[in-house]
Amino acid sequence: MPARYVARRVVQALFVLWAAFTVSFVILYMLPGDPVSVLAGSDSGRDITPEQLDALRHEYGLDRPVIIQYLTRLADVVHGEFGRSVQSHQPVQTMIADALPATAQIAGLGLLLAVLFGTGLALAATYVSWGWLRQALLSLPPLGVAIPSFWFGLLLLQVFSFRLGLFPAVGNEGLAGVVLPAVTLALPSAATIAQLLAKSMSTTLREPYIETARAKGAGRPRIHFRHAVRNAALPALTVAGLVVGNLLAGSVVTETVFSRTGLGRLTALAVGTQDIPVVQGLVVFAALVFVLINLAVDLVYPLLDPRIARRSAAVS
Amino acid sequence: MKSSYRPGRRGRGRVLAAWLAAVPLALAACGQAGTAETSAAGNAPRAGGTLTFGLSTDPISINPRGAGAGNDALYVSRQLVDSLTEQDPATGKLIPWLATKWEASDDARTFTFTLRDGVTFSDGSPLTAQSVKDNFDDIVRAGAKAPSSIIYFTGYKATEVVDKLTVKIEFTTPNAAFLQASSTAALGLLGPSTLARPVEERDVANVVGTGPFTLDHYTKNSEVVLKRRKGYGWAPADREHQGDAYLDSVVFKVIPEAGVRTGALQSGQIAAIGSVPPQNVQVLRSSGYTLVVRPNPGNVFSLTANESRPLLKDVRVRQALAKAINAQEVRDTVLTPDFAVATSILARTTPDWTDLSGALTFDVEAAKKLLDEAGWTPGADGVREKDGEKLSLVTTWLSNFGPNQSALELIQQQLSKIGVKLELQTYTVPELLQVYAKGTFDLAWGNLSRADGDVLRTNYSTAGNNYYRIDDAGLEDALRGQQSTADGAERAGHIQRAQKLIVEKAHSIPVFELTTILALSSKTHGITLGADSRLQQLNDAWVS
Repeated sequence: MPARYVARRVVQALFVLWAAFTVSFVILYMLPGDPVSVLAGSDSGRDITPEQLDALRHEYGLDRPVIIQYLTRLADVVHGEFGRSVQSHQPVQTMIADALPATAQIAGLGLLLAVLFGTGLALAATYVSWGWLRQALLSLPPLGVAIPSFWFGLLLLQVFSFRLGLFPAVGNEGLAGVVLPAVTLALPSAATIAQLLAKSMSTTLREPYIETARAKGAGRPRIHFRHAVRNAALPALTVAGLVVGNLLAGSVVTETVFSRTGLGRLTALAVGTQDIPVVQGLVVFAALVFVLINLAVDLVYPLLDPRIARRSAAVS
Repeated sequence: MKSSYRPGRRGRGRVLAAWLAAVPLALAACGQAGTAETSAAGNAPRAGGTLTFGLSTDPISINPRGAGAGNDALYVSRQLVDSLTEQDPATGKLIPWLATKWEASDDARTFTFTLRDGVTFSDGSPLTAQSVKDNFDDIVRAGAKAPSSIIYFTGYKATEVVDKLTVKIEFTTPNAAFLQASSTAALGLLGPSTLARPVEERDVANVVGTGPFTLDHYTKNSEVVLKRRKGYGWAPADREHQGDAYLDSVVFKVIPEAGVRTGALQSGQIAAIGSVPPQNVQVLRSSGYTLVVRPNPGNVFSLTANESRPLLKDVRVRQALAKAINAQEVRDTVLTPDFAVATSILARTTPDWTDLSGALTFDVEAAKKLLDEAGWTPGADGVREKDGEKLSLVTTWLSNFGPNQSALELIQQQLSKIGVKLELQTYTVPELLQVYAKGTFDLAWGNLSRADGDVLRTNYSTAGNNYYRIDDAGLEDALRGQQSTADGAERAGHIQRAQKLIVEKAHSIPVFELTTILALSSKTHGITLGADSRLQQLNDAWVS
């Protein structure tokens, strides 16, 4: 793999991180008020004097010009320093590190389930010969995308926890607590993968090389599961970043419904209390995950499909 | 508190019947506010076991000084700290706790507390006058970083250690409400091992008090686990059980979804839940769960006029709005019978509350007449006009209480019948504060909880944040008067006068009382709400 190809991808990744930081900074600072004013808005805070609030703003540096605040925070973030939560005063890195394992559990299992079910459905739908069954199977992914996770999660809880008592409704303990949230999280991603793969399978199955394989006497299963899948999987791999991004975004709703700690709940709470350092830490972290996955896909892609590396080399 | 009445719009006869039924209901609730509906079935309390309690939000901070998440944070931190005094929920009066007696100077600037001997913090150090001084000095030093506590220290001069168990707190300006403040968790006393740490390190750990429970651990967005403190022996007299708490441990689980909280309770996964939404109350009650119900003291949910805007400067217009709002219908339609229609600007659980329900009658014809007199004539589209201007009022609200939106939409309909248009606008907290600062609103919907009449000064005094720009010298005089006297009867007189002025001049239009509702499984006993209608210390709680 040419070094320049790798270098370009890395520079692009850094640019995305910087852009995520900057855009989140601009949006958060354009919101009315600031984290300190949230304190004054609480029931008990109505009697806090403006002087006391200003003293706190000064301590947090919120009274400095915006550009100075931006540059200071950018410099801190480059050094891996995200500051402390305005609400609970914990270091942002600690909060993210504490929340990460819980989200990684459900996102990891969710990804596994999404790939298994998504791929399984796509392959089954494109393999079956009965038109009506194929249509029925192909109509499942749009349904999966359309079902709100919130509603689906509550439904799972209602049946498997409240009625049947098979899984705990609340909390982070044990493997049992991971199952329902992971299934909830997997649904939209599985649907996306299934839709994409099914479409790419039907395109691939019309390619001339499939005809060649068939002419050489390969059976239907061999053509379907060996020849076609390999090529058809490439477009599906491209959306890996998107799928993982969806899992992170879905954790906000899923972790709320299942009362779990994690990055999603942390995000919801930080946004609700306008806890700027925490929100920014999470945005940059999410961007980092996104960028790393895309980088990995970009770097793996040429290995799977030699045409890409060749083309890239020819251009540069 | 059981009533066969079901909410819903069923015509005038039904509404009248409900209104009549509500009067004894309200009176009964006054007598036994905060007690559970069913008693502990005659069983003797059992020591041991774990109570699992479902909270609606993450506490954020379990430091009683911090803003945290409000109620849910206080449910937890109350278990860790004791206060100088206890406000008895049955009477609203202060009774001894960590202080055996106290005294206020006539000018309400100096407060002397005598401490109970033999009290220790869970880090082993003794409670002395010096501990009180260290705590209060620490609050003032922390300033806005102790948002729940600093508000009681306006005009703080110093705390003086008179002797080992006597402490004197001095203010440069009168602060009569400080006595009630001394009963709050926000002024609960923290041990030296906590005070030795920076404020920033007291939110998720290191909170040490003299309370009946100690902190085991807090996992953000998940749970707070408390363990029983051994050797606890200074519960106030309003607790049935003295000495060590019955429960070995208490687990507060954070369960943000109301439906999941209810489901987890019904499926036996947790023993008690807070923030029961009104729509779940009837089903829980009818299926045998114990409901613990208590109206929140302080300013009821009300619509407050911005009197710097020309439309609501005229007292007749404000009074017309008050007469045209059918609070009974609001209660019956969007809430449950557990919520009471407001009888004053203060809830009936607030000390010095006075019953002004006679001045809060619903009368559409009188409302129309007042608007006619004020020169507002019906326009072509049904909205009244005067000098080419429409009687259309920008009304702000926060989504901090589930039924707010439905309540306001109903009030909007009610007011449209007299030709007044409400433009409902919802905001986030920082947005709303900016709107308040700029004064670009006509009416503000909201409430403010505190178990003391001083809450009216916070909300309506022109000396405070002055959100509503009320110009009423008589009211301001009453609000400052109550702050400046330590004489209980005189203070009550001022607070009652303030309530009358606010209601009669319709500076604010009371609608209903915010009410705290907990639900307990049949195996959970002895859980009550304190004078602030937040979870009481769990000394009496036990599980069977």
